[in-house]
Amino acid sequence: MKISREDVLRVAELAYLDLSEDELETYRAQIDEILEYIEKLNELDTAKVEPMTQVLHAGQSADATLREDLVVPCAIAEDVLKHAPDPEPPYFRVPKVIER
Amino acid sequence: MASWTIDGVKEALVARKISARELAADFYKRIEARNPELNAYLTLSPERARRQTDKIDALVAEGRPLPPLAGAPIAIKDVISTAGITTTCGSKILQNYVPPYDATAVERLEAAGAVILGKTNCDEFAMGSSNENSAYGPVKNPSALERVPGGSSGGSAAVVAAGLAVASLGTDTGGSIRQPGSFCGIPAMMGSYGRVSRYGLIAFASSLDRIGPFATNVKDVAAMLQVIAGRDPRDSTSTTAQVQEYGAELEKPVKGLRLGIPKDYFAEGMDAGVRQKVEAGIETFKKLGCELIDIRMPHTDYAIATYYIIATAEASSNLARYDGVRYGLRVDDDSLLAMYRKTRGAGFGAEVKRRIVLGTYVLSAGYYDAYYLKGQKVRALIAQDFRDAFTKVDAILTPTSPVPPFKLGERTSDPLQMYLADIYTVTGSLAGVPGISVPCGKIDGVLPVGLQIFGPAFGEARVLQLAHALEKAGGANL
Repeated sequence: MKISREDVLRVAELAYLDLSEDELETYRAQIDEILEYIEKLNELDTAKVEPMTQVLHAGQSADATLREDLVVPCAIAEDVLKHAPDPEPPYFRVPKVIER
Repeated sequence: MASWTIDGVKEALVARKISARELAADFYKRIEARNPELNAYLTLSPERARRQTDKIDALVAEGRPLPPLAGAPIAIKDVISTAGITTTCGSKILQNYVPPYDATAVERLEAAGAVILGKTNCDEFAMGSSNENSAYGPVKNPSALERVPGGSSGGSAAVVAAGLAVASLGTDTGGSIRQPGSFCGIPAMMGSYGRVSRYGLIAFASSLDRIGPFATNVKDVAAMLQVIAGRDPRDSTSTTAQVQEYGAELEKPVKGLRLGIPKDYFAEGMDAGVRQKVEAGIETFKKLGCELIDIRMPHTDYAIATYYIIATAEASSNLARYDGVRYGLRVDDDSLLAMYRKTRGAGFGAEVKRRIVLGTYVLSAGYYDAYYLKGQKVRALIAQDFRDAFTKVDAILTPTSPVPPFKLGERTSDPLQMYLADIYTVTGSLAGVPGISVPCGKIDGVLPVGLQIFGPAFGEARVLQLAHALEKAGGANL
């Protein structure tokens, strides 16, 4: 077994994700099978391989042409807040996080 | 009624045979009749379409030159932002989300005269290969209603195949444009990574996600890509490489081009009907004077494992933003952390949760090197396979999917089996190269098969040229 019930619980906690008992066991079994399959990567010796962290090569991407760091007015703030679950312009309201 | 093409629309407008407004109304009528059984459109945007058709009809009335996509009724996958039009990503967590801005691709299509009819159904957050992971129900395949249209851009493929849009935009992370294109029997293209701006594309896996077009013919795919391609200062990964003139290359003869046939793609696991059609497609290229060359791509067999590490890792990070604070669903609780957990638990569907758990796991302390870093290293080997191949050949031919469209519900219980069917498409996704799926006959005259053509990075023109040649040679009827 590659992944235990406790592993799934720990990961769900890291991801702030409520899972039901049924989901917990179903995902554990399915992810276990997927991780078992992923094991096949260990057939490859990658000790001397550089990881691919960027898709574009130097010169193809815009890294060399970063835009100027300018302050620009954000004209959509009102629109953004309008669609929030609990807006109190100009803020998003959330449950209290600081104990008095 | 004959199906419309982009040029056909323009000619009809100029000849005053129909106005842009009438044409859009005609498409909405067809949608009203057909969409209930297909479930391909999630949201229609008649007001926005009306504003655009008024502009186009004014240009026609004044006798002014028309932009390249003038009056063409199109559809947009529901993971691409459209200002003022609900954009759900096929998820309950964004059920009422209305983006405040347009994706760059959407902006460019409208500037080029296209008329947006509405938003199309898809697998939740583009995660899936059958469209069965949408919170709003599956899309049906227009060729065979009991079968899936492919995924994740199943709605975008189905509306074009069913004549409910002239063209559409989808997104491709591991095959989500090409595979539904194949299943629905229409050409569907993913340009090189960086070719089309991702600004306004709601992220799934940022190093893999690409926006690209579906249309009824390769020329229209080229016309759509021409409009959306090019550098965008709002996406730092959009490339500064020059955009080729795709239309000018389409008609050039393909004689003498060297086409690689990777043995590794024609191994076990391919449906016999698919194999027969794809081999007939390859034979067609031989008849057109192309040189067929056997090549090896030795890391192909590792692509699925690599893809499902990298894609889920990136997804787990990208989807952290759905926390019930700024947009979408919130499930109330007195505690902030419990509110996050409940919102995400209630808002995401099964496939998304599975991928968040897997992605979080492969990135977590103690497992990062074994999974994520290993995945990035094998990704480098897969990209190298492509670079090596393109020193010997101009393009690579493969099937798009090892299987024809399958029945709804047939594969939902086993996620790994569903993932394994992405084998031919994920390789090019990992490597960042352009790929198209072009119709290559129908099994028993019913189930569409797609042939996939890969080109080197930024070799979109060559890919389109070859696809166009197969289409002209009768590829759809092989």
